[in-house]
Amino acid sequence: MQNAGMNIEDKGGDQLVLHVGPQHPGSGHFRLIITVDGDYIVGAKPDPGYVHRGAEKMAEYRDYIQNIPHLERPVIIDATGVTLPYVLTAERIIDVEAPERAQYIRMIMAELNRIISHLYWLGIYGIFLGHSTMFMWPMGDRELFIDLAESIGGTRVTFSYVVPGGVRNDIPTNLKERALKTFDYFEKRIEEYKKIFFNNPIMTARTESIGTMSQADAIKLGITGSNLRATGIDSDTRKDEPYCLYDRVDFEIPTRKEGDSYARCIVRLEELQQSMNIIKQVLDLIEPGPIKQVIGGVMRGEPGEAFVRTEAARGTMFYHIVSDGEKQPYRVKISVPSFRNLIGMTHLLVGSKLADMPAIYWSLDYWPVEADR
Amino acid sequence: MVNDPTLNLLVGKVSDILDTTIEKNVREPIRFLVNWGRLYSLWPVHLETACCSIEFGAASGPRHDIERFGMLEAFGSLRQCDVLVVQGTVTRKMAPRMKWVYEQMPEPKWVIAMGACAISGGLYMDSYNVLQGVDKIVPVDVYVPGCPPRPETLIQGIIELQNKIRKSKV
Amino acid sequence: MSAKFVTENQLAKSLKDQFKNKIKEEYIESNRIKISTGPENLKNLAIAVKELGFEQVMSQGGTDYPENNVYRIEYHIICVSKKKLRSIIFSIMTEIPKDKPEIETLIDVLPSAEFHEQETFENFGITFIGHPRMEKLLLPEDWDDIPPLRKDYILPGRG
Repeated sequence: MQNAGMNIEDKGGDQLVLHVGPQHPGSGHFRLIITVDGDYIVGAKPDPGYVHRGAEKMAEYRDYIQNIPHLERPVIIDATGVTLPYVLTAERIIDVEAPERAQYIRMIMAELNRIISHLYWLGIYGIFLGHSTMFMWPMGDRELFIDLAESIGGTRVTFSYVVPGGVRNDIPTNLKERALKTFDYFEKRIEEYKKIFFNNPIMTARTESIGTMSQADAIKLGITGSNLRATGIDSDTRKDEPYCLYDRVDFEIPTRKEGDSYARCIVRLEELQQSMNIIKQVLDLIEPGPIKQVIGGVMRGEPGEAFVRTEAARGTMFYHIVSDGEKQPYRVKISVPSFRNLIGMTHLLVGSKLADMPAIYWSLDYWPVEADR
Repeated sequence: MVNDPTLNLLVGKVSDILDTTIEKNVREPIRFLVNWGRLYSLWPVHLETACCSIEFGAASGPRHDIERFGMLEAFGSLRQCDVLVVQGTVTRKMAPRMKWVYEQMPEPKWVIAMGACAISGGLYMDSYNVLQGVDKIVPVDVYVPGCPPRPETLIQGIIELQNKIRKSKV
Repeated sequence: MSAKFVTENQLAKSLKDQFKNKIKEEYIESNRIKISTGPENLKNLAIAVKELGFEQVMSQGGTDYPENNVYRIEYHIICVSKKKLRSIIFSIMTEIPKDKPEIETLIDVLPSAEFHEQETFENFGITFIGHPRMEKLLLPEDWDDIPPLRKDYILPGRG
């Protein structure tokens, strides 16, 4: 299968066409077709679709609540971040609202999932740059947060915990002490991460001024998430269009001005700290009350449509559901942040060196399973 | 050969005794040593198929450490690996690439099917792009159920594979 | 009526003055504006929306309505640089007939729609005239069935 059926020009001469992935330690479930001239990349074409399972078509054959497990699988590391906008949209169609305690618990789970996802990203970024200690330390610390999430949700990763009307179960009574203990331990660990990785001269040499994106380009190309905040724009859906009682807690949006790979790393590191602040405040504000509004019968809504966006770990996630009055939705359209950042990868790779490809590719936090849905 | 029935019987018995002695004292220790070397140094191929790959990554972390059981780091070239861990759903686009990867690995090689989607299609039983079970294209040795399987289940699967290797004939 | 709701009405009114009766307001709610138009006017409407300050295409999709024999195409556009407009999602939509599914591309006005339009092409079969790559992105290369998100394509496990 020459070039696997894709139209790629072979210009001859000094230029070489390389296929990176899908079986490659530096690529994930994804293929990049790179044209190199000597040491510099002159063309990059992404080839996604290796994990395309047809989530949008399958959602039309299942009820509103049967859709939750299989819409959770695309971004399995950030499970609440991807089901929360779906549930909020379904609630607008079914016309039901979750009680206040449930909204606070949803915020706790969403922020815990954000920390878990960022630590996975940090571990893989360490091993991409050859720093195997930075793979082991975040993976080990991540297990403490998975323990907290498991005590609320029931399993390690795929909770299916947020449902239309509220949440499934209540939080355990000793959650506050355990959470504060974990956060105290982890804040000391962040100082150690800075010593071995973020202030390490080899790592800064490999990430500073590499893959720089200007603010105008980021806005024009549709970049979202921490990549946009690393160019100086403080846009975050939790503050722009607050959902789920985020307007009652106090937090900052970290930004940097340089727009290179190092800036994207530092923005994500500071977001970890802000997430822990949000969870501490919510645990103080939460009051006893009901956790679910019971919906009698099968969930169905009036004919119409609704759309909601939230801030997942990788950027803004958007769901659009069209309903025709049946118990299964007519059309579910998902817009994921990784798919929107894909054009940024093509833009940043052209002109850089081949050896910088892992540093640029993973600093954009592109999760191939999410982009394929 | 001599056409004497008693001599034939004697030669037959002697060769029998020789066979069992060599089998017990020479071939079996060699087989034991070769299998022991193979099962405690399994190199997996770095091929991430779908979402179970995060539990494989978490299993390589410090809490559940699969390296102490013999499943080493997956960062080598394809031609020096022995185990293919199919981590999750195999789509129709990924299936020919996975078969090429399997055919390029040198003998002896083993396959672990991890996750419900790799065993039989799993949650995606009606999708248009999903292969219903990876044993349609490669022969599978160990099935590890779960969606995704916990790292402890994966460790049990690895130990089952090691038991299988321990008993195999070279 | 909050101050923000006044902004939505002002934006819709300025477009109404510019286009008179070529556009139709579907709905104007808090943080949501939706305007529909004919397929030949979509590009001018997109240029006007961009001048109002909305820069990024957050999502672009299609829906199949077999009983009316049309495809509905919509663009959801957001603003990230101006604080006052950040909470609004501006949607523009149009309907094209199923027997001639083609429309002009918007990537010279809104470059962030490039990969979204490619995905809509492979899901429905709608051609975007002027797009550099009308080829498969997520589906396998040897896909030979009808585009999967149409309503007459039945899933293999359910048919």
